Amino acid sequence: MKSTTAAPHREEIKPPVTEIGVIGWIRANLFNGWFNSLLTLAVLYLLWLIVPGTVKWAFIDSVWLTGSEECRATDGACWSVISANIRFILFGFYPHDLQWRPLLAMGLLVALLFYSRERSRWNKMLAWSWLVGLFVMGLLLKGGLFGLTAVESANWGGLPLTLLLSVFGLTAAYPVGVVLALGRQSEMPVIKSFCVVYIELIRGVPLISLLFMSSVVFPLFLPEGVTVNKILRAQVAIILFTAAYIAEVVRGGLQGIDRGQYEAAESLGLNYFQTMRLIILPQALKIVIPPSVSILISAFKDTSLVVIIALYDLLKTTQTTLSDPKWMGYSAEAYIFVALIYFICCFAMSNYSRKLEKELDTDR
Amino acid sequence: MQAETISDTHPIIEIEEMHKWFGDFHVLKNINLTVHRGERIVICGPSGSGKSTLIRCINRLEEHQRGRIVVDGIELTKDLKNIEKVRTEVGMVFQHFNLFPHLTVLENLTLGPIWVRKTPKREAEETARYFLEKVRISEQALKYPGQLSGGQQQRVAIARSLCMKPNVMLFDEPTSALDPEMVKEVLDVMISLAREGMTMIVVSHEMGFAKSVAHRVMFMDDGEIIEENEPEAFFTNPQNDRTKLFLSQIL
Repeated sequence: MKSTTAAPHREEIKPPVTEIGVIGWIRANLFNGWFNSLLTLAVLYLLWLIVPGTVKWAFIDSVWLTGSEECRATDGACWSVISANIRFILFGFYPHDLQWRPLLAMGLLVALLFYSRERSRWNKMLAWSWLVGLFVMGLLLKGGLFGLTAVESANWGGLPLTLLLSVFGLTAAYPVGVVLALGRQSEMPVIKSFCVVYIELIRGVPLISLLFMSSVVFPLFLPEGVTVNKILRAQVAIILFTAAYIAEVVRGGLQGIDRGQYEAAESLGLNYFQTMRLIILPQALKIVIPPSVSILISAFKDTSLVVIIALYDLLKTTQTTLSDPKWMGYSAEAYIFVALIYFICCFAMSNYSRKLEKELDTDR
Repeated sequence: MQAETISDTHPIIEIEEMHKWFGDFHVLKNINLTVHRGERIVICGPSGSGKSTLIRCINRLEEHQRGRIVVDGIELTKDLKNIEKVRTEVGMVFQHFNLFPHLTVLENLTLGPIWVRKTPKREAEETARYFLEKVRISEQALKYPGQLSGGQQQRVAIARSLCMKPNVMLFDEPTSALDPEMVKEVLDVMISLAREGMTMIVVSHEMGFAKSVAHRVMFMDDGEIIEENEPEAFFTNPQNDRTKLFLSQIL
């Protein structure tokens, strides 16, 4: 008989079939107990009531690329309201035959954003590309150079305007907010009280009132003949508003940093700015990624409030389309479309923030 | 082992009639202390006696209100430039390590030299590798502090201070936040540092460490230096009643 010195073979024990896989999941999550089973059945019933009708309305009975007469004839969704008016919804009153320019500008923006998503690509080259890119985008929108026909900013509208207000608004508001947060923690009383007053004042008024002030009150203070572009004024109002909120979120992050981090940095001989830039802010801003993204998302959506000072952003151009007698009554379809655009942008932001959080997590 | 006697060189730290208050609370009372180059001092005492505050005053993490502190010829005043200069010459090791969690071990070590000493990156990394080797942790260079054990983190913290090539090292209870089995690895690093002649002021209750490397042991209570002596005499023949009581409690 052969003697074996090997360790006795240990059999791997697998969990019972009913505990794993699809069946296991269903049992564990949908039918664990009579109450949950009942809920599951009720939800299934509701879905059965809602889904078929919705699918029929949105896809089966719907019309896509027709005129408004065909829409009147069908019970389904009239997606034609979008396809027939897409250029006005997206570009507003921008001259029809020049609309390739904002389209190209948006394409450039999306391409730059997409390329910048990897942190490993953040270097000087990219910063320059952004500067050049922004200049080219502005040039495309405004024209007046290199043989491009000038387009008055009063005619800008639709999606480019929304993106312009939000991209500039958010990127400018963030650093301003950080500076305000640092200022609020300052030991110098003048700086500190200025920041506190600013933050509390701005947070105490609605964005709409700021927009009104920028469009109605502010010009009264300017000397005669001097005008400041309306879009620029709205832009500044959005930046000032968002910055106050960012500041408070960042302050929360700063308070979450252990005193020992400051002491370690100081004991190495780092000065205030080095300590903040190299040690404190990288950690504080990481902590506040989730709440800052919430603020950025809500600020992005709040740009639609510029309608009240008669700027034609994406939502306003959609509304205008719907006031055309030919297309009256198809607001559900149009708003679903606009909601989808907003959703894609916001979802991209929150998705990216989650990715960033994961990358910056150095605890494990 | 008794350490060699210190020749009268220039004092590197001079503290004269220094007082400090936290609000109304008088934490440090009339402190006089002269430390010579290469000298190693261990400060012990009950908690709240002001020993941590004392060494934190030496690199101005705490501000004193009366008296003088002169470090390497520079008097500590409100002058920020002087404070930053002193801090680059004085290394500090904290009870809770205070490594920068968002940077790798190597980046923790090179940060000070690159930004404060303006050392080229390559050179700073070489120095960092050298000191990591020295604290026997070179294989962890690219990890983040959160991935290391307490003892490893404290050794990295010591290496981080050494990378600034300090003239004095301050240790604020360097082993009291560690699990017992990790105390030795940190003390070993500190002992080898002592053997190389580093000037050290150590707040610690590690009496074995004090006996083997300290030139002087001090006992602080209630904001005052009550007693100081050579380690042998300090432990075998304490003079003050409070020292006796304290030693009987910890030994």
